[in-house]
Amino acid sequence: MSGVIGSSVKRREDPALITGKGSYTDDLKVAGMVHAAIVRSPYAHARVTEIDTEAARAMPGVLAVFTGKDLVKGKAGGVVPTGWLLPDIKTPAHPLLATETVRYVGDGVAVVVATDRYLARDAADAVVVEFDPLDAVTDPLAATAADAPQLHDDAPSNTSFDWELGDSSKTDAAFAAAARTARVELRNNRLIPHAIEPRAALADYNAATGNLTLHMTTQNPHLQRLLMTLASMGMPEHKIRVVAPEVGGGFGSKIHHYPDEAIASWCSIQLGRPVKWVATRSEANQTDAHGRDHVSIAEIALDDDHKIIGLRVQTWAAMGAYLSTFAPAVPTYLYGTLLSGQYDIPAIHVHVLGTFTNTAPVDAYRGAGRPEATFVVERLLDAAADVCGLDPAEIRRHNFVQPDQFPYPTQVALEYDSGNYEPALDKALDLAGYKALRTEQAARRDDASKPLLGIGLSSYIEACGLAPSQVVGSLGAQAGLWESARVRVHPTGSVSIFTGASSHGQGHHTTFSQIVADKLDIDVEQVEVIQGDTDKVQFGMGTYGSRSLAVGGSALVKSLEKVIAKGRKIAAHMLEAAEDDVVFEKGAYRVAGAPARKKTWGEVVLMAYLAHDMPEGIEPGLEESTFYDPSNFVYPFGTHIAVVEIDRDTGEVTLDRYIAVDDCGNLINPMIVSGQVHGGIAQGVGQALWEEGVYDESGQLVTATLLDYALPRAHRLPSFETAHTITPCPHNPLGVKGIGEAGAIASPAAVTNAVVDALSHLGVKHLDMPLTPERVWRAMANASAQGDA
Amino acid sequence: MFPTAFDYHRAESVDEALRLLREHEDAKLLAGGHSLLPMMKLRLAAPEVVIDIGRIASLRGPHATADGVRIGSLTTHHALATDPMVAERAPLVAEAAAHIADPAVRHRGTIGGNIAHADPASDLPAVLVALGASVHITGNEGSRQVAASDFFTGLLETDLDEHELLTAIDVPMQSSAGVCYAKHEHPASGYAVVGAAAVVVMEGGQCTEARLAWNGVAAVPPVADLSSLIGTAVDDEAIAAALADWSTDDPLGDLHASGDYRLHLARVYGRRALACARDRANA
Repeated sequence: MSGVIGSSVKRREDPALITGKGSYTDDLKVAGMVHAAIVRSPYAHARVTEIDTEAARAMPGVLAVFTGKDLVKGKAGGVVPTGWLLPDIKTPAHPLLATETVRYVGDGVAVVVATDRYLARDAADAVVVEFDPLDAVTDPLAATAADAPQLHDDAPSNTSFDWELGDSSKTDAAFAAAARTARVELRNNRLIPHAIEPRAALADYNAATGNLTLHMTTQNPHLQRLLMTLASMGMPEHKIRVVAPEVGGGFGSKIHHYPDEAIASWCSIQLGRPVKWVATRSEANQTDAHGRDHVSIAEIALDDDHKIIGLRVQTWAAMGAYLSTFAPAVPTYLYGTLLSGQYDIPAIHVHVLGTFTNTAPVDAYRGAGRPEATFVVERLLDAAADVCGLDPAEIRRHNFVQPDQFPYPTQVALEYDSGNYEPALDKALDLAGYKALRTEQAARRDDASKPLLGIGLSSYIEACGLAPSQVVGSLGAQAGLWESARVRVHPTGSVSIFTGASSHGQGHHTTFSQIVADKLDIDVEQVEVIQGDTDKVQFGMGTYGSRSLAVGGSALVKSLEKVIAKGRKIAAHMLEAAEDDVVFEKGAYRVAGAPARKKTWGEVVLMAYLAHDMPEGIEPGLEESTFYDPSNFVYPFGTHIAVVEIDRDTGEVTLDRYIAVDDCGNLINPMIVSGQVHGGIAQGVGQALWEEGVYDESGQLVTATLLDYALPRAHRLPSFETAHTITPCPHNPLGVKGIGEAGAIASPAAVTNAVVDALSHLGVKHLDMPLTPERVWRAMANASAQGDA
Repeated sequence: MFPTAFDYHRAESVDEALRLLREHEDAKLLAGGHSLLPMMKLRLAAPEVVIDIGRIASLRGPHATADGVRIGSLTTHHALATDPMVAERAPLVAEAAAHIADPAVRHRGTIGGNIAHADPASDLPAVLVALGASVHITGNEGSRQVAASDFFTGLLETDLDEHELLTAIDVPMQSSAGVCYAKHEHPASGYAVVGAAAVVVMEGGQCTEARLAWNGVAAVPPVADLSSLIGTAVDDEAIAAALADWSTDDPLGDLHASGDYRLHLARVYGRRALACARDRANA
């Protein structure tokens, strides 16, 4: 159906999911299945002096108790690998189960397998582990202090890597020559992912064939299999099948390879029985890779024309106790490279220390590095507006990269392929009624009966559609980041596609079906999307980094083009016409200039399989595949505006309005795009106002449950006002850019800027997230106390 | 999320519940399950025996009485929030019950279970104290009645003996009173960081009675001294003056709100609840 691209087709996956017919990993039951529970450290840092498993082993229903030493003896001394390396990076071993030292609350020390999960939990509690507690450090900056507790012998000063990007002497010179400078010291708060479905695995080893089937909640089954082969399990890939059934969200946390799924697999191999492991919510919060957790000092330099001439950033990024799968990439190549924002900045330097802390590992979480970068840049733009006495909108407009500057090489290694920033800003200002809001704000400041009003802008850019393999390889990635798509046309004209993208809520079944339906001029119902199974799908890099449409969708289009081209050869032969004279339109191959001379899609496809009358040299069948490697990242951008009210008595912040103008290029399904924008904004607003993963001084996670960790709730959010500008990506066939992360990238800065803006007349220059009522109230109280003095 | 093993008994009557309590050493009563079960799932509570009283018909409610409402201990928060009779005769209870958690919890959770658990951040304790409600308790030695203000004795502690059962709550009716519940909810749990429950009676433009108690602020609901409001029009200045120096020892504190901030919130929300109750009394 041509025209189906760009229409809001209802999500094809939803009927099953909302009627309870979706099958998630924990829904799977197989004969003989037993249950694993993992014994975890209650200490943030301790020596393990003794593990007594006798009582647990003796309990009824308990099949086995294994410790890290058993794993090593059993030749499964594998480690959880790191998939991204930086120069001189320290990569201390991350054993599947700790043997001598535990390094965070939740670090595994033993596993119990029992006939039901209650017994497994009881037996896990009966494992007696003697710990000799050590001092802990949980702050990424404090970890570098000379007297800080050391996590790993092979990582002095708790430093994993010391990384920089940009020209430091040129940047220092810009600051020396600056007419004005501004500085912000900030923390980017630690976030806990909270996918609605906790991590889960069902490992089923067949001793007769030596095949392991692992169902698990993952965003990238092929990468899981690869990492199990290379590092944690050592089994050859052809003996491992990884299947991702329905996956209930991930936000990045299900990219990574964790110990638990490998432990469940190892247990299944030892016992010859299917072993299921499902994290509890508290367990997930303790062990899922967290997000963010930066301490930064950021400075901006301006000339006397208010042009930005330099930007300088020093960041301490928590890695947690061990390096997770893509952890080193997040605060470096997904962060430092974005520090030019939408702005033409001639000198930038960023220096990042990745440090080990006695906390859960930190890795990619929706936006991964880019929200942190946007937060730095957009806070600095507001600070610059303040020192220059300019309106925040105008200082942004004044410094945008201009349309005629594209492709624009930044000072931090990226080349922006396209962009047009001012229309998005203007559209957002227009939707917000910006001038009227500023008038209202001024009036409110003089009327103590009304809440304060704040307006915050965030003109963000991101680099997604991860990623050109050669480029990321040169930056340290241990994998290529291309994507594959196979299109199988069945003899009667319906289509199955096999994609390496791995949907866990994004709506790929709908979006990809629309692309197929549009290009082949068939109904969406004629298309089946197959994904998430290493035995079915050729190979794939999975879904993260807003890549599935820009990379996976491009692979799909290339395969569809190959299918159409082969069909044209067959049709030309059937029509006794020259191939060049045959066009594919309105569901048929037609002779140009004589459209009545045609062979329908169905006739041509059937002939491909009957093969009774094929052109010479053309094989039967109609099935094509593509491994698509993008030539660049894609660069979505936009301007978001948050409008907040602040209760003068209590400091409570109410998000009153939220305006989002995004440019993600062409839209395949506008409804799904809106869903992504809404979800991303909600998640970023959560970071700005409510969420924080907090460890106390001893390293206890004090926000381990939803009683203490505040996720955004619908009734605390306004209806978002969304719009788009469309600047197609010039280098992929659909002209599309990612949109899955944009909301979470833009919104923390927009909301924080709005709150600081509301309080700016009191002299408040910066507040760290989350902007809790008490934090805001104290800022107001301190400001008025200083004002009185 | 996996409780330890326990024995389960279902009591069909109050007498049977009391007998089961006598017979079992480490037993807990189960009503709606919304306080006990989460603690058991987190293994913060591990009773050997759970006695389910959820189907004892005589504990259901609410019923109108001559001078107010008798609320059976198994009455759900949903029933309190939606029953027109409760809205008429105990509007502050109805208003506060509507603040509890979400619809799913309100349909299962009960007033008896709620106040027997005595979580200071819950929405009902201060309401019952401000209203001068009383609690009916039955035990082996018969029944007794305790004022709500004496029922709550500490953090998660009440006057209930381990062999006793809470059967009902009596809420007196004050048709001339204006009442109001003003709450700052915890962004994660939805519990009250501060929940101010106010009762104001106005006669001929003058206050004859004013009461204010808070949830969330201290281990048991503190009560304000509002004697300065009696005989006044309860204008905003008078309210502000009455609460200006209000404080309480050992305020609760957590990640979201320190003790100092909580005291500040108590004063702000106390002012708002009183002003709202005054306006309703005058309406």
